[in-house]
Amino acid sequence: MLDFIKEPWPWYIAGPLIGLTVPALLILGNKSFGISSSLRHICAACIPADINFFKYDWKKEVWNLFFVFGIFLGGIIAIQFLADPNPVQVNVKLVKELGEYRIANFNYLVPIDVMSWNSLLTLRGFLLMVVGGFLVGFGTRYAGGCTSGHAIMGLSNLQWPSLVATICFMVGGFVMANLLLPVILSL
Amino acid sequence: MENRNTNWLANLKYLLVGALFGIVFVKAEIVSWFRIQEMFRLQSFHMYGVIGSAVLVGMISVWLIKKFKVKTLNGEPITLQAKQFNKGQIYGGLLFGFGWAMTGACPGPLFAQIGTGATVIVVTLLSAIAGTWFYGLMKDKLPH
Repeated sequence: MLDFIKEPWPWYIAGPLIGLTVPALLILGNKSFGISSSLRHICAACIPADINFFKYDWKKEVWNLFFVFGIFLGGIIAIQFLADPNPVQVNVKLVKELGEYRIANFNYLVPIDVMSWNSLLTLRGFLLMVVGGFLVGFGTRYAGGCTSGHAIMGLSNLQWPSLVATICFMVGGFVMANLLLPVILSL
Repeated sequence: MENRNTNWLANLKYLLVGALFGIVFVKAEIVSWFRIQEMFRLQSFHMYGVIGSAVLVGMISVWLIKKFKVKTLNGEPITLQAKQFNKGQIYGGLLFGFGWAMTGACPGPLFAQIGTGATVIVVTLLSAIAGTWFYGLMKDKLPH
């Protein structure tokens, strides 16, 4: 049983479990699934700087911070007790393409050839981690939600603005991965 | 004071759901930068299967909750907010899409990646917080 759990989980197990988070949070406490809001609450709690957008009672939304702290703990549990010792199995085409950019280590969830403390001050490492992170935070808040709030919660509740947002997430991702990322990774 | 303690306890259940969620994230490799690259290159069905089946289960759940007027554990009626459309969903959505393909993570996976020991992702998370803060600063000047 434990061996089975340690193998990478297939999509038809993981997807439904993630989908069940929607009713779980609603039934536990009338909470709408959404993760990027946690970043806003962190701003409101730590650096409100008299900006109207951060003037609200973040303590009422503290459940969201417990939730993301739980995700962090889940990451620890999964890697400490349930880890699969094998590298991530990826499409051979991707292995070949990434090889051209000197990315050859598939042992971790992040590509440590470009995402590590050592590569933080390389141009491509800085762009991926610092600029990429900034775009994640800025873009999700501008869009009013991320993959969880729009793509999963919003679509579950048949909200067409969430469909627009989800399509734009995907379009942005396709453009970056296929057109811009090859340039960045070549730096 | 007592009220405060019960608040903490009441919030622990969200920590538990978050932890289960984080385990699924890691075990299904949804937080893998490589899986996200495959998704955006149409080289694997995995992420489409995950997101598609998650949305389907979520949709059915919300439909059942509405149909049977399911209440919360405390007996409150469940309320769902409608999302208002504005152009931010387009501009912000595209920008987040860029960031998603660069970092290989949406906000949730960032927390999970740090948990798996990728400590440098703390920098990515801090930068995402900075991005959120910058949005708050610029909100009124941006087209919506």
